[in-house]
Amino acid sequence: MIAFFVKRFFQAVVVMFVISLISFSIQDNLGDPLRELVGQAVSEEERQALREEMGLNDPFLVQYVRFAKKAVQGDLGDSYFFKKPAFEVIMKKLPATLELVFGATIIIILFSVPIGVYSAINPQSWFSKTVMGLSIVGISIPVFLTAIGLIYLFAIELNWLPSYGRGETSNVMGFWETGLLSADGLKHLILPSFTLASIMLPLFIRLIRAEMMEVLQSEYVKFAWAKGISPRRIYFVHALKNTMLPVITVGGVQIGTMVAYTILTETVFQWPGMGFLFLEAVNRVDTPLIVAYLIVVGAIFVVTNTLVDLIYGLVNPTVNLAGKK
Amino acid sequence: MPLLEVNNLEVCFGLRSGAVKALRDVSFTLERGERLGVVGESGAGKSVLGFSIINLLSRPGQISSGSVHFEGNDLASLAPGELRSIRGNRISMIFQDPMMTLNPVLTIGVQMVECLLAHRKISKADAKRISLKKLQQVQIPSPEKRLDQYPHELSGGMRQRIVIAIGLLLDPDIIIADEPTTALDVTIQAEIMDLMLNLCEQNNVALILITHDLGVVSQVTQRMLVMYAGRIIEQGPTKEVINDAQHPYTQGLMNALPQMAIPGQKLNQIKGTMPPLQRIPKGCSFNPRCEYVMDVCKQKLPSFTESGNCQVACHMVAESKQDKLLVKEV
Repeated sequence: MIAFFVKRFFQAVVVMFVISLISFSIQDNLGDPLRELVGQAVSEEERQALREEMGLNDPFLVQYVRFAKKAVQGDLGDSYFFKKPAFEVIMKKLPATLELVFGATIIIILFSVPIGVYSAINPQSWFSKTVMGLSIVGISIPVFLTAIGLIYLFAIELNWLPSYGRGETSNVMGFWETGLLSADGLKHLILPSFTLASIMLPLFIRLIRAEMMEVLQSEYVKFAWAKGISPRRIYFVHALKNTMLPVITVGGVQIGTMVAYTILTETVFQWPGMGFLFLEAVNRVDTPLIVAYLIVVGAIFVVTNTLVDLIYGLVNPTVNLAGKK
Repeated sequence: MPLLEVNNLEVCFGLRSGAVKALRDVSFTLERGERLGVVGESGAGKSVLGFSIINLLSRPGQISSGSVHFEGNDLASLAPGELRSIRGNRISMIFQDPMMTLNPVLTIGVQMVECLLAHRKISKADAKRISLKKLQQVQIPSPEKRLDQYPHELSGGMRQRIVIAIGLLLDPDIIIADEPTTALDVTIQAEIMDLMLNLCEQNNVALILITHDLGVVSQVTQRMLVMYAGRIIEQGPTKEVINDAQHPYTQGLMNALPQMAIPGQKLNQIKGTMPPLQRIPKGCSFNPRCEYVMDVCKQKLPSFTESGNCQVACHMVAESKQDKLLVKEV
């Protein structure tokens, strides 16, 4: 187990190094941060002096080493716009984004598993055929269109749910602003979560259906029928467990991808999360914030994938993480 | 009354290109404790026969007519719930490849105990105790350890022993073994076959052994069926069929055995291949490959002729019987 974590830690270090290098190297190409930083009235000489002072004229490697030295101590530079450490700014917005991803994940699990399993067991039923048709449509509709459609229906026409913002939040443990503890916060979470889930849900339904259909054809499922055990046990113990193995692997990567998709969802719903912040940072050429965002998202990817491997090891007995005999 | 009575069984696979009959007009009986061999080349319908007895054909296969009588029930038309109470309980199956038969994510113990709990109202502890006893019966080394192990931790031979133990869990009346030793290496094959023979004899269990190994059939079974293109073409006591095969196809199978060939010469083959099930020739389905083919073989399906204790579906055998009778009368 320790060997697994040590190996994973070194892999993570390499991944984070590559991410930091890439994200740092794009900052030169995003435009001039001084245009946003100082007003129109500032003269070219003063701008040059400021550039020199900020180290923007130094060679790329010098700049990167300076950045990396600070970064390993947790200092990703100050945001030009907020005049505060970029990391701190991001971390303040992180809970909103993670709660959105969490909501979407719950929705995906609650819907994809039963629907996928049902349509694998009854592939010829009208329900399965409808679901398969709808899932194609679902995959093809862009996120922002889904979002606008949902807002129109549930917020404007029916007036059931709020259309923007996080609503009431409360502070837990001093640093985590959560919207999950109040009815108002949860209500605000529903539409954005469904929107975010809408991208992945059809994919997961199809994946679970396809895997399950394959497992149901296997010899060990046929043997289970020959043993005379109940259909429920065959479907949910024998087949589902084997179905979930590849789904877990894909799911881990997709949850990471969802963090990236939050940019669109958060923008439409004015959700005060990292994605929304990132878009603002790009508009303002706030390079330290952009770099910090990319690094934090990279770290989330690394952590979720490690967790997924751990879960996979727990579910699949042929994988031996602990190194036990 | 026989333990199992199969009458005019017909199995159809509804494919897009039309329905294909995998079994036609199959009838046979099995007595309590009897060991029956089913032989034939690949695609003759042996495995389909095995699965159709417990009505466990994979889609799109289904029993289209005929009956399978077992303890007063017709398994071909029994409700799914009642059928389930017979599967694994009164009639159990052993599959071909032990590497694929056991669920890779469940322990051996779970896979044994669930079978007992599905058919008997007993406690989990009792189920475990019975499972352990059966593991001892199949002579697996350190059986206590096996219950907590996963299939991937065991060798192929051990896995097949476990599958046999699962088959014996509820002391069934019939075991259907579908090529139980094909996937194992030769030294293990003999051990497993011996084990099955002993266990069936000790517990008075009837065995339907599906195989294409004629050697195994002659050692283990008392009666045998020879199948060709979905039909039974010859059946009778194993010794008689093996020593004095009547049907040209059965004779061909015997001649194809390596020990029948002259050293240094090619092995004897039956020329041609079995026709695909969609294009079975008119008359006797073996007629295009038969050395003794006559006109009637291409026109009329042969019915069974009694020959000694055997039944043979062949026009030639029927004619020679007729001739003998005529000779006697004269």
